[in-house]
Amino acid sequence: MAEVVCKATRESFGMALCEMAKTNKDIVVLDADLAAATKTSIFQKEFPERFRDCGIAEGNMLGVAAGLAAAGKIPVAASFAMFATGRAYEQIRNSVAYPHLNVKIAGSHAGISTGEDGATHQCLEDIALMRTLPGMTVLNPADHYEMMEATKAALKLDGPVYIRLGRLAIDSFNDPETYKFELGKGITLHEGNDVAVIATGLVVNEARKAVEALEKEGINARLINIHTIKPIDREIIVKAAQECGQLITVEEHNVIGGLADAVCEVTSEECPVKVTRIGVYDRFGYSGPAWDLLEKFGLTETNIKKVIRETVK
Amino acid sequence: MACKSVAELKVLAAKARLGAVIGTYHAKSGHPGGSLSAADIFTYLYFNEMNVDPSNPQDPDRDRFVLSKGHCCPSMYAVMAMRGYFDWDELKKLRHIGAMLQGHPDMKSTPGVDMSSGSLGQGVSAACGMALAAKLDNKDYRVYTVLGDGECEEGQVWEAAMFASHNKLDNLVVIVDQNGLQIDGTVEEVGGIEPLDKKFESFGFEVAKIDGHNFDEIKAALDKAKTVKDKPFAILAKTVKGKGVSFMENQVGWHGKACNADELAVATKELEDEIARLEAEV
Repeated sequence: MAEVVCKATRESFGMALCEMAKTNKDIVVLDADLAAATKTSIFQKEFPERFRDCGIAEGNMLGVAAGLAAAGKIPVAASFAMFATGRAYEQIRNSVAYPHLNVKIAGSHAGISTGEDGATHQCLEDIALMRTLPGMTVLNPADHYEMMEATKAALKLDGPVYIRLGRLAIDSFNDPETYKFELGKGITLHEGNDVAVIATGLVVNEARKAVEALEKEGINARLINIHTIKPIDREIIVKAAQECGQLITVEEHNVIGGLADAVCEVTSEECPVKVTRIGVYDRFGYSGPAWDLLEKFGLTETNIKKVIRETVK
Repeated sequence: MACKSVAELKVLAAKARLGAVIGTYHAKSGHPGGSLSAADIFTYLYFNEMNVDPSNPQDPDRDRFVLSKGHCCPSMYAVMAMRGYFDWDELKKLRHIGAMLQGHPDMKSTPGVDMSSGSLGQGVSAACGMALAAKLDNKDYRVYTVLGDGECEEGQVWEAAMFASHNKLDNLVVIVDQNGLQIDGTVEEVGGIEPLDKKFESFGFEVAKIDGHNFDEIKAALDKAKTVKDKPFAILAKTVKGKGVSFMENQVGWHGKACNADELAVATKELEDEIARLEAEV
């Protein structure tokens, strides 16, 4: 196992942008006065001529990105998830997704783990918003190594992509020596047939800790990491439903419209089983330290273990 | 392609108006009013201004056009048909299921359409992105966009205006089709966008005010735009909504409805007479 890196995925994203931009001259990065926070500042420092700060005007930024893409560039438009996907939703729908332009949208400070800034900045709806757009790829990587590979894959894909970035520094759990990112393919992190836990993003590592701890109690839970919410890996979900009989979804997002719904859409059509949803239950967040909030909202190892135990009992 | 004379341009613009009226009639919907006000601007851009080749619509070095007021596409489509991008008869299928010509411009289905548009305020941002791409690639193509005056009520227009001047997009020309009317009434009553020239000036644009139906003035403004360095250029083109069809001129009600058969007969007669008169002058 490789060394554990404690890094926010926004930083991994910034690093991957730089790495790709060295060989691909068409990559252009836009930000809306949050470069230091979204970590596009890493790119800005290295490639100032290919970076444009659009100011606090997200709607225009997404439109500019659409124009750049229509003229053959590969624009990356970054802001907080709230403003990138919320404020500029209609620009994304009509100027980016409708003409299927090659724009990469990066939403940082997603989820409750944004912390002290509180509800206005803790976007819990971005995946739902982006998932409904035809042709949009939606990525939610879980650690440093996965974010590096996902960002590279997004830049290589010809089409619109939304990629969710976190503010909070988190431990890596993937091994860069063996890790392979395949767009649209879930990854089984732990085998088991008692129940399948399907997780995405920052909470995957919490689910991993929960599943590994429960193994010692004799509970064999399967753990699947879904880094690509759209197009979702139907096969891995159906197989889990068939072999485990029940599913638990874990996400740092409203249970409406996110991973839970994406999974239920598959199971209800192909293999109806009980799905227990761990996520934010149709409410707004509030201010507080990130880990305390994650604990409060039941998104850490403690609550995931509790739910798994209840589910398999 | 050789430039057209003013007399020839007048004929083409009148035919574009006829095409817009016919197209929206067959669609039983659409936006004739603004299509008629912007017809001269579209005609000049496609025939005398822009470096475009209908046989190679994806040429990376071509000039770009974004119809930010996307609902006025019927006359743009008519101009594009005459320029050779597609067959004139496509206009009769406007807005029909499976048609190449969508209700608002669709870059994926219509050859020569550089940007999908229709949601007001968005096209001008896309035009900024294209102009920035030209700068980044050291290319000398130019980008043109046409906005409505009512559209200037959208905040995004001014976000884009700030961006254009901040990034010194002197390869961008923003043309406002100032026909003075929007759906709910006059622009003055509804939105109060004036003084539009001072607004664009204070946002860092060089501004020209012209009669948007006068080809000499359109030419002079677009020629001047090419001489301005480090600043984007705005042309405020005063126009008449519904221009060329007597019962549509300056009528709010003709923003978004098509002629019935009787109205079509009157409009067609007026425009065909005008075309015949103008052709005699060529």
